[in-house]
Amino acid sequence: MKQLLEKIPFIRPEISGNAESQEIDNTHYSPSERQPWITGENDNTTITDRVCGILEDKPTFGWVMFFVLSLSVLGLLGVFVPFLIFWGIGVWGVNNPVGWGYAIVNFVFWVGIGHAGTLISAILFLFRQKWRTSINRAAEAMTIFAVMCAGLFPGIHVGRAWFAYWMFPLPNQMELWPNFRSPLLWDVFAVGTYFTVSLLFWYMGMIPDLATVRDRATHWVRKLAYGALSMGWTGSNRQWHVYERSYLLLAALATPLVLSVHSVVSFDFAVSQVAGWHTTIFPPYFVAGAIFSGFAMVVTLLVPARQLFGLKEIITLRHLENMNKIIMLTGMLVGYAYAQEFFIAWYGGVKVEKFAFMNRAFGQYAWAYWIMVTCNVISPQIFWFKKARTNLWIMFIVSIFVNIGMWFERFVITVTSLANDYTPSAWDYYTPKLADVGIMIGAFGLFFTLFALFCRFLPFIAMSEVKGVMAERAHAVAEQKPAEADGADPAPSPAAGS
Amino acid sequence: MSDSNNTESGFETITAEDADNASPVLILAEFESADQLMEAAEKVRDEGFKRWDCHTPYPVHGLDGAMGIRPTILPWLVLGGGMTGFTGGLIMQGWMNGISYPFLISGKPFFSIPASIPVAFELTILLSAFGAFGGMLALNGLPRFFNPLFRSDRFRRATADRFFISIDARDRRFDAPANAQFLRGLGANAIEVIEE
Repeated sequence: MKQLLEKIPFIRPEISGNAESQEIDNTHYSPSERQPWITGENDNTTITDRVCGILEDKPTFGWVMFFVLSLSVLGLLGVFVPFLIFWGIGVWGVNNPVGWGYAIVNFVFWVGIGHAGTLISAILFLFRQKWRTSINRAAEAMTIFAVMCAGLFPGIHVGRAWFAYWMFPLPNQMELWPNFRSPLLWDVFAVGTYFTVSLLFWYMGMIPDLATVRDRATHWVRKLAYGALSMGWTGSNRQWHVYERSYLLLAALATPLVLSVHSVVSFDFAVSQVAGWHTTIFPPYFVAGAIFSGFAMVVTLLVPARQLFGLKEIITLRHLENMNKIIMLTGMLVGYAYAQEFFIAWYGGVKVEKFAFMNRAFGQYAWAYWIMVTCNVISPQIFWFKKARTNLWIMFIVSIFVNIGMWFERFVITVTSLANDYTPSAWDYYTPKLADVGIMIGAFGLFFTLFALFCRFLPFIAMSEVKGVMAERAHAVAEQKPAEADGADPAPSPAAGS
Repeated sequence: MSDSNNTESGFETITAEDADNASPVLILAEFESADQLMEAAEKVRDEGFKRWDCHTPYPVHGLDGAMGIRPTILPWLVLGGGMTGFTGGLIMQGWMNGISYPFLISGKPFFSIPASIPVAFELTILLSAFGAFGGMLALNGLPRFFNPLFRSDRFRRATADRFFISIDARDRRFDAPANAQFLRGLGANAIEVIEE
């Protein structure tokens, strides 16, 4: 059995003539002793071969297994969404007073996941953080797919899904327009814009890499498909000039956008009168939580992907360590927000508000609250230790904890405030039903299926950007050399932009 | 497509098979590294060429200056998109909820700026992004699915790991043998003339 397992090519042993990529520790504290962002003996040729190899070689067994598994989980959506549309939202566990159940929890969860992709692609770009280049393509793909999962929920939550188009300001036979003073409608515009702009940003970033794949294609189908997608890109410098300016502007537009999206999502809660929702801290608190959960999802996806596709030299330990630092930081921001909510509830002196928060921590949903605190506030604290930040297993497990914790955060916010609101006679306990759980898990299937397809059919790494970072480093090293004394150790040279 | 090797002036000619009176459309020179390309680009610029271009797998910094490219007007297109989005968003909300079908919600005014900001802001971003993406395509003349450059097999590496200079035949100073010699002198390791 063991021999048989060894024969199955779980992990690609060699990529297009390249040796297996090596795990090199480039997380040294002193920048002068660090390896560069891209480790190993890599140049423009090997980067191209390695990244294009992922979509040119035969799929590995590991990928096929992952794809089949995701696809079968996606099947749950195929079962439960028609079931829901046929019978109505009574198949969910929502009741009176808890009218917002899993659907809203999942919506907020998935929109939040998306935020890390935009943070990596836009905000880190504006801050000239070169480490983003190795991970931005995959993170942006994650954003697109997460927002697609999020978009599913309002669509089915309206009950009569065939009227979902009423959310848009379209002329109709009733001559009626949507109510523009409702935060729920702001959400339609915020999430719609977010999806569209993220898609444009992702696609535009991919055009030069799609041209690379086109130019290497041998089969006519690939030539046609990638030829159409790359729009006739020739790497012309006159085009690069406009392209780079456009990319910068899109990054500058996506930055306020990403901050606005989760702020608007938080208005769904904060603009209402419900105790526990009506707080001014919600917009920044939601944005921090979104980035926190999104980074955790990036780590969850990239740790296996870099092993599976032989990308250890491109997505290095230092990239992962940086992400873990951000997870720890945003985790503490979220922890601070939890504490601040309690302080303001006490300091504000509103009775219902005080009750809402005590009820959150010690009421009927105390179990959910403490799962949230354990996963979000306590588990990332392990990243104070460098050993934990650079250990693949620990970071993977913590990232799963954070995903769970952030899901529970949205559950706690949505459900506890509704279940015990102003009228005690109306209080109830919300229990999800099979359809709630089926659709929630099915959405994960959709997300992972799309991500698996992305890995196989689109360039996983932003090759043109990685090459740019390598070239800048080569220049920095070349300028450094004359200054160095003779006989100095030439191997560990300072990394560019560290 | 037929290839012939002009050994005297040291360049290959690639001719389209379907061309009746094939005449050169461009000359293409391959360079090994970005540094070589940068030096060569400065010389080509100083020689007075106007309709020429560099092709690189990644944006080479400093090449814009070496080629003498003027800043693009793209930011103005984006500004136009953003302003259209913002005013359009405000007018849409005011007209729909205040004029076309006045909507009385909890005694609030039919139209007020604060409640209209989120939607107007999102539309500002959306239309600016359309301006940035659409403007990039329009200014670059994309999509352009056929390009004489694609006749060259060597040029396939322009998106992977090689650097090219192309000079358009419509340039005043275009003269295939003379240009080939000039580019060879700048360190090009291969030169091709594409005819159609």
